[in-house]
Amino acid sequence: MKYVDEFRDPELISKAAEEIRRLADTGRHYRIMEVCGGHTHAIYRFGLKDILPSNIELIHGPGCPVCVLPMGRIDDGLSVARDPGVIFTAFGDMMRVPGASGSPLEHKARGTDVRIVYSPADALQLARKNPERHVMFFAIGFETTAPSTALTLIRARAEGVKNFSVFCNHVTIVPAIRAILDSPDMRLDAFIGPGHVSTVIGCRPYEWIARNEGKPVVTSGFEPLDLLQSIVMLLHQLRAGEARVENQYRRVVPWEGNRAALKAMAEVFELRPYFEWRGLGFISQSALKLRDEYAEWDAERRFPIPGARITDPKAAQCGEVLKGVLKPAQCKLFGRECTPEHPIGALMVSTEGSCAAHYHYEHRKNLVSVA
Amino acid sequence: MRSTLPLRAPEEPRLRSLNGAAASAVRFRDARIEMAHGAGGKASRRLVEGLFAPLLFANSAQPLNDAAVLSFDSVTLAITTDSFVVRPLQFPGGSIGELAVNGTLNDLAVSGARAHAMTATFVLEEGLATAVLEAEVRAMANALQDAGVALVAGDTKVVERGKADGMYITTTGIGRPLPGIVVDARSVRPGDKVILSGPIGDHGITILLARGDLDLEADLASDTRSVLPMIEAMAVQAAPGIRWMRDPTRGGVATSLNELARDCGLGVVMSEDAIPIRDEVRGACELLGLDPLHIANEGQFLAVVAPEYATAALNALELTEGGEDAVIIGEMCPEPACAVLVTTRYGGSRIVDMLVGDPLPRIC
Repeated sequence: MKYVDEFRDPELISKAAEEIRRLADTGRHYRIMEVCGGHTHAIYRFGLKDILPSNIELIHGPGCPVCVLPMGRIDDGLSVARDPGVIFTAFGDMMRVPGASGSPLEHKARGTDVRIVYSPADALQLARKNPERHVMFFAIGFETTAPSTALTLIRARAEGVKNFSVFCNHVTIVPAIRAILDSPDMRLDAFIGPGHVSTVIGCRPYEWIARNEGKPVVTSGFEPLDLLQSIVMLLHQLRAGEARVENQYRRVVPWEGNRAALKAMAEVFELRPYFEWRGLGFISQSALKLRDEYAEWDAERRFPIPGARITDPKAAQCGEVLKGVLKPAQCKLFGRECTPEHPIGALMVSTEGSCAAHYHYEHRKNLVSVA
Repeated sequence: MRSTLPLRAPEEPRLRSLNGAAASAVRFRDARIEMAHGAGGKASRRLVEGLFAPLLFANSAQPLNDAAVLSFDSVTLAITTDSFVVRPLQFPGGSIGELAVNGTLNDLAVSGARAHAMTATFVLEEGLATAVLEAEVRAMANALQDAGVALVAGDTKVVERGKADGMYITTTGIGRPLPGIVVDARSVRPGDKVILSGPIGDHGITILLARGDLDLEADLASDTRSVLPMIEAMAVQAAPGIRWMRDPTRGGVATSLNELARDCGLGVVMSEDAIPIRDEVRGACELLGLDPLHIANEGQFLAVVAPEYATAALNALELTEGGEDAVIIGEMCPEPACAVLVTTRYGGSRIVDMLVGDPLPRIC
């Protein structure tokens, strides 16, 4: 398969791994954060830890949109869908995320009309086909998915589709990275920069990380060779004592980003003054809401929203894991009370969450047969 | 996963255990049935083991197999039952009628038995076009004829419009064990080879695309077929070496192998490159974030074969029509216990878990 097989070539991968071992100073421990949940998933899925030397530690960052969504938002969204006239739509990733009153799937089993869509455009199509119902799209994601929500809203407004709205939970990646860097218990050497987000925002928004914080950033693709090559590029910078933003994922990421996507976002969204992130708390200017021109399609303005604030169960240490302070298996609930089937924390739900990835791909590797 | 038990101890009176059922511990704590409980993965297993088995099955400590083997006096019979609720009713490569016959034939085949007779129950929706029904009945007739199986009893119910998506079909198959094969996860030993009959994921991805919810198209057809000819050919050459078989339907190869690992206490170690997957299936899975190992098949089977019989089994499959792509995908190892590990050509490895949740409801 083109664009996949060449990035999983065993020979090239072993060469890159050799290069990493050559560049990594054996007397030094490297802490590299991959910001993006897609990278976390790829690292586990391809078993890259088995290939990397032990002094290169990959810290899983906050870039999983499902994971950073506070529980109360899910309850707020589902409260709208209690009206039998409403169809609740969301991406499949959201379906098993627990709110205080259960996950969207549990609500579906209790009779709420919950449907999985693959794109916000599908939700709009559902609204056109069901003029007597109201279709609400529960939007999540970073700048990766925000443009498709924006384009859908632009279309809904142009067509005058009145029975459609968006419950907007879109967040932006840069304030989250800032929050991580501001966290006193966090020591990092470098960043593997987000891939999909960067296709939209480009590489410039990370320049302050290199300039002000002195940490190298390499925007990376999602195949094993992409990730290893990004680590090679980071090690070159670290060896030379440099800190720059580099783009490993040039086949997809333009340095200046995608202007058309950014324009659509700017037309539809504005920054919220502040927004709560699960595990990271309130971060100012970190999330998007619909502009006044789109108020008619804004579920938060169209429906009464309880504004639920639900704190995570005390024993769950999602915040520490999300910030990379704890490894997934170091959380007290990991693999016991909290599993992908019965997730307590959101990191266990999404395939991009570091706990779910660890549980699925790593957790039982070392069990020995007693038979 | 199926919910039939191998009853190898017919002297145990079945009624007595049913009477004693009230004392059995029900461990199913989910408040409501969700689609995931029918997806063949972890939730299905929880439902069967936590609610059905303790109350309904005589000996719920035994591993759950695709069919039960019963002995009456000197006669040994295998029996299995399966419902088909696929949507859409017709899809590239097959349809619900053909699936309803072959699915049940296959459950018997991977239990080491050849089907002799079948019963069918139709739940039809008010308003269903006769032409649609007739097409499915013809598809069933053809599949029965190909397999040399007689339909010996049936039942029909009609439900109100909106209740059954056209039709549901339930079939029950009864057959005789193939000579010399004993399918039992507990007989599996370290060093045994894991054989897969052909490329995976065709059925699940075909259904996904046939629903038309995604703007994706691919030249792909369901793999639905009877696997009995392949199993019979393999049995001729390697029957004493066959330890375990399963058709990886809902939940895919990953779920079947996890059940095996759990039932035998060993690990399954597979090489990722050895697993045959068509580019169309790989592409769709890459796009949708699905693991082909979790995608359903309707015309493939997995077999665990003693190492000294592995080459003979593979040769026999390769010489049988439809078995040309059969391949050894891995072997049984002491570690990781009760788990499935996939290794990559470049030295990485990952655990492959059972299906959690339900990426794709109503595929069979």
